[in-house]
Amino acid sequence: MEAAMGLMRRMPPRHSETTLSALLSLLPGHASDLLSQVDLPLQVLSDVDSGKKFILCEYNRDADSYRSPWSNKYHPPLDDAPYPSSKLRQMEIEANDIFTVYCEQYYEGGISSVYMWEDDNEGLVACFLVKKDGSKTGQGRRGYLEEGTWDAIHVIEVGPEEEITRYCLTSTVMLSLTTDDVSSGTFSLSGSIRRQMNMNLPVADGHLSNMGKMIEEMEAKLRNSLDQVYFGKTREMVCNLRPPNEVVQMRLPTS
Amino acid sequence: MAEEETELSDQQKKGIAKWFLINAPAGEIQYVAKDLKSVLKDDDVYNEAAAVAFPIYNKSHLIYLKMPGGYGDVLVTSYGELQDNEYLDPKTAQVVIVDHVKQVCKRVRPATDEELPSPYIEEYRYALEAELLKYAAEAYPKGSCAVYCTNGKDVEGPGSDFEFVVVISAARNSPHNFCNGSWRAIWNIEFRDDIQVLELKGKCQVGAHYFEEGNVQLDAKRECSDSTMFQGPDDTATAVVHLIRRHENEYMASLEGSYFDLSDNTFKELRRKLPVTRTLFPWHNTMQFNLKREIAEELRIGELHDIKRA
Repeated sequence: MEAAMGLMRRMPPRHSETTLSALLSLLPGHASDLLSQVDLPLQVLSDVDSGKKFILCEYNRDADSYRSPWSNKYHPPLDDAPYPSSKLRQMEIEANDIFTVYCEQYYEGGISSVYMWEDDNEGLVACFLVKKDGSKTGQGRRGYLEEGTWDAIHVIEVGPEEEITRYCLTSTVMLSLTTDDVSSGTFSLSGSIRRQMNMNLPVADGHLSNMGKMIEEMEAKLRNSLDQVYFGKTREMVCNLRPPNEVVQMRLPTS
Repeated sequence: MAEEETELSDQQKKGIAKWFLINAPAGEIQYVAKDLKSVLKDDDVYNEAAAVAFPIYNKSHLIYLKMPGGYGDVLVTSYGELQDNEYLDPKTAQVVIVDHVKQVCKRVRPATDEELPSPYIEEYRYALEAELLKYAAEAYPKGSCAVYCTNGKDVEGPGSDFEFVVVISAARNSPHNFCNGSWRAIWNIEFRDDIQVLELKGKCQVGAHYFEEGNVQLDAKRECSDSTMFQGPDDTATAVVHLIRRHENEYMASLEGSYFDLSDNTFKELRRKLPVTRTLFPWHNTMQFNLKREIAEELRIGELHDIKRA
């Protein structure tokens, strides 16, 4: 299993679906471990009532059907499927509405979904998902990207409600971007990272507010980390392979 | 509907194994091989897959190996391939026998006359390579390069066309820092005797992989072309390397430019650092049904102020 995760870390992120499906066929006995530890780019369906898109994940799935956060219906329809309690559903509706506004602010578009359900320990679990297509044919406002996707999955476990409640957030971001033009050729970066954050916050501030702030902080950290650290390291490597021009010019003998 | 667990055939396992090996990032095939063997649990299938996959990987990554006897490095490329495991090193006029799976040179022998170009061709090849080596020593401190004649190696004198390929390969492997990378450049040079012109076509490919608690890969490539006059060996060599240097400098600068743009502009296409309001999102204390309206109002008011500034 460790070897399988090692392979996931080395194979090009663009091929993550192929890598996972290869591993699943080689290790059928580890299917549930693999599916829970590996994240794949998010898939989307359109709600049968409103046509609004919603994101598919393990947390809104039952058998082969997925529950839409907009209509609360399973697609395709399913008998005896689980639904959140009506109280939780109210919170879920509100969360979806607010998260849509949040995404408009940061993602200038994109598709979002929030799913909630009660867990066994009298707490609740919430999953916030975002999918953005930033390519120039998608929702990229400035037309820089030939291809660009950002998928974020935030799963928050909220402990039993006390004055100070425990929130555990696990976030995964997968992204890829490609610029392409005649003079500079194709430039492509892709990758994924996953982080965790735990906080104890006053329940009086409200679950949504608490969870929202954690997600905002986490996304900022991940975006920054990807930009400065991860992309930065690849840039450093390129400079190591071929020291930038000024250095080369200085060392050349005059001829 | 539950899926049946069907046992994969050896053929299918071999195909999957080959895929993993061929798609390993630069400098990482041995690590991938180790993990793959664990997952595959079938040494026979692995060995068969490796025998096919390693040569493909090695040639596409333009790996360079130390030659026995302290002669320096030899490139493993399709341009220098004489037979399955035999590669010509034009710099020292020798042929190495290579173990692809272990990625080492087993033996080295002098090249035969049939394997080497004619003296006329060699004059051009040698001059170009000498000039190239000077350039590569500055630009690619840990890399390797060579010039191969890929067409017309037996041409005796002026009056015929011939073709060279310049190969430059640099790799940096820092597995302890979770970082590996490679720069590969291949320049096809067509010597057109009829119009007394050299036509160059270059292809640069750069890759980098950083994987400390994550997995991020750079994959960049660019093609370009140019031409210069067909002159004597030394003048041609100087002119060609001058062009190569210029194009590769330009490419390096454009890569720097892409990275520079990334932080401020390109990344924004995916996610902004902050909303247009330049403040964090106003998560409020919940009064449930009012929350969305309050937030929307606050943002709308904020947006009106900012529209002129945006």
